[in-house]
Amino acid sequence: MEFGLSSEQRMLQDAVARYLAEQSPLRHVRDIAAAAKPCSPDVAAGLADLGVPGVIIPAEFGGMGLGLLEAALVAETLGFSVAPAHFAGAHVMAPLAILLGGSDSQQQAWLPQLATGAARAAVAVSQAVEVRDGVGVVARDGWLDGTALFVLDAADADLFVVADTTGALHLVAADAPGLTQIPLTTIDKTRSVGELRMTGVKADPLPGGGGRTTRRIIDAGRIMLAADILGAGTAMIEQAVAYAGTRVQFGRPIGSFQAVKHMCAEMAAALEPCRSLVWYAAHAFDHAPDESTLMACHAKSHLSEVGRFVARTSTEVHGGMGFTDLAGLHYWFKRIGLDRQLLGGPELVRNEAARVQGWIAA
Amino acid sequence: MDLTYSAEHQAFRREVLDFLEAHRHAAPKGGGAAQRPSAEAVAWQKLLIAHGYAARTIPKEYGGYGAAPDILKSRIIGEEFARAGVPPGLQSQGISMLVPTLLELGTEDQKRQWIGPTIHGEVIWCQGYSEPGSGSDLASLQTRATEDGDDFVINGQKIWTSTAREADMIFCLVRTEPDKGKHDGISYLIFSMKTLGIEVRPLVTMTGHAEFNETFFTDVRVPKSQIVGKRGQGWFVANATLKHERGMLGDPGQLESRFLALAELMRTETAGDGRIMDNPILRDRLLRLQAELAAMKFNGLRVLSASANGGEAGLARLIVKLQSCELAHQISALAIDALGELGVLYDGSPHLRSHGSWQQAYMFQLGLIIGGGTAQIQKNIIAERGLGMPREPKPTTEGSRS
Repeated sequence: MEFGLSSEQRMLQDAVARYLAEQSPLRHVRDIAAAAKPCSPDVAAGLADLGVPGVIIPAEFGGMGLGLLEAALVAETLGFSVAPAHFAGAHVMAPLAILLGGSDSQQQAWLPQLATGAARAAVAVSQAVEVRDGVGVVARDGWLDGTALFVLDAADADLFVVADTTGALHLVAADAPGLTQIPLTTIDKTRSVGELRMTGVKADPLPGGGGRTTRRIIDAGRIMLAADILGAGTAMIEQAVAYAGTRVQFGRPIGSFQAVKHMCAEMAAALEPCRSLVWYAAHAFDHAPDESTLMACHAKSHLSEVGRFVARTSTEVHGGMGFTDLAGLHYWFKRIGLDRQLLGGPELVRNEAARVQGWIAA
Repeated sequence: MDLTYSAEHQAFRREVLDFLEAHRHAAPKGGGAAQRPSAEAVAWQKLLIAHGYAARTIPKEYGGYGAAPDILKSRIIGEEFARAGVPPGLQSQGISMLVPTLLELGTEDQKRQWIGPTIHGEVIWCQGYSEPGSGSDLASLQTRATEDGDDFVINGQKIWTSTAREADMIFCLVRTEPDKGKHDGISYLIFSMKTLGIEVRPLVTMTGHAEFNETFFTDVRVPKSQIVGKRGQGWFVANATLKHERGMLGDPGQLESRFLALAELMRTETAGDGRIMDNPILRDRLLRLQAELAAMKFNGLRVLSASANGGEAGLARLIVKLQSCELAHQISALAIDALGELGVLYDGSPHLRSHGSWQQAYMFQLGLIIGGGTAQIQKNIIAERGLGMPREPKPTTEGSRS
């Protein structure tokens, strides 16, 4: 019985954290944001050297063969550093869809390439979460028509995993005729979200890509976004505490005023239990399938609420400086903002959690 | 992450289950923690100690079971008793606070005299710490104990002495050296509540019940030998006990059973034609609490696991009292809102739900948010010890003790 991380898990997390601290400091994040390129090719290459693209892909396909908990630890680290990098869609949800729903030949064709980062996939499942602006993708005899919004990790993808209106999944090559890619501009300059428009696009259906697979990859994606909030929130609290310890007003560090100190304590008190919730949700995804959807919902909704509180409060601890671009705190603020909304905001996710438990009709 | 139990712990769980199966008929019915235990409860406690399901790690020579500490076995006992709906061993301030303190800091005579009868529910204790003028700033306490021959003579007043009316004994903080600094002049005394000069007045709270008391001391004589630790060291002795009290106040199992009762209430109560659960606003609040409860439950598991493996859980431990008391209060608040107008009913009224327990809990839990270290003191602890933030500068005005 051990509720905690193993030394191997800590080493993985430390390795990614060290790499990002050295190679992707805030300066680099600013450069990427200014270039309006959502993701850094340098960071993508560095993460590939560490094996991150193959974190959940089995060793037989050249990946690290680790579980969702390890993936969550990577996500947390990326959030901590506001890393301008693809992850939840590209390196967790897409390979998971192919693992769970793909045929042998689809797996052979894609997983080895995805594991090394030689090819990259994006995920278009938001219509299974919520239909906005009339989106929907209709599949007919291997051809797709329609629009998908909020495609995760869309920029520079070679492959799209697309859900149709029945919840079945399809693989679509990025250069398929009839496919139009439109980048969406979001508050967060560190991640890429896009729109796909399809007119008679040739698709390769995942034979096991029914509603169950879609459900699983959404659960996994929600846990990754929750872990990203955990990391970003941890970084925001650290920055608030450090700032409050050095900023002097009225002849004292502002952190010695209870008004400020209590803001920090409230953030820590709210966020610290979230760490255990994220760990458990990720663990349950692999080891307690009966609970996994409920726990993914709880992690996503709760981290979204706590994340919003931490994002706002740590900005306030910084006073006027927190509101400026100089402090750079807004990168974390927006990161959390994106994580909260994508794959379902907290109210939508909580309603799902009620349905999963049979408290309301499915 | 390994959430399975070892073969030894699985075997232990079976032992507990066998015990419950064989003996559950002898368990006392109901029973409040604050009252003097019934003869039935005392007999049950004796049986539990004999089997190692209460006073498990208290050494045999002091009347306990004498097992080596194993936090997972303690948890298994707690889980299985709760699941079976069988009352666990007695819980009281004597058992949870005085006994660990005596074990840590008492003399051999004190251990032999008091631990056995206390864990068996034969001697009931109350705690004399807070005073009307000394709440969060407990170390400023003014109840005086002056030396007179072989005795201390105590004068002053304590407040929040729960169980003072039932108690045989009190563990009490008094100022023995008024000329010393505020933390250095305190001593920890234990004495009989039947001593001449003690007056107990019930303290009625917002719940309408007197869960607490005020206790007055007028020339109360206590032999000097009834001190725990050294003279002037009472603050350190008390901190040893407060540590145990803080550990006691956040039990995720208890939170979970309150939550399940709330979910059941919302599934069964109706308003008009619909169930309360079908009200999207109330349902959203329920799910929000459920997610937070899950976080607290796994946080508790993380703290437990860290202590079982000899580690420190740091912040994860420091936040438990603040977050659990608030969550418990929010669970009761939602139950009252889910009851609508029925939520105001109290004290045996017609149409009352759950014997008024939601209103009772909603009010009493506000007391728990304040008691045992207020929420604001908890936030100071989290910020200063957990996050390393700077302390409030000490006031240098006249009249304050250093």
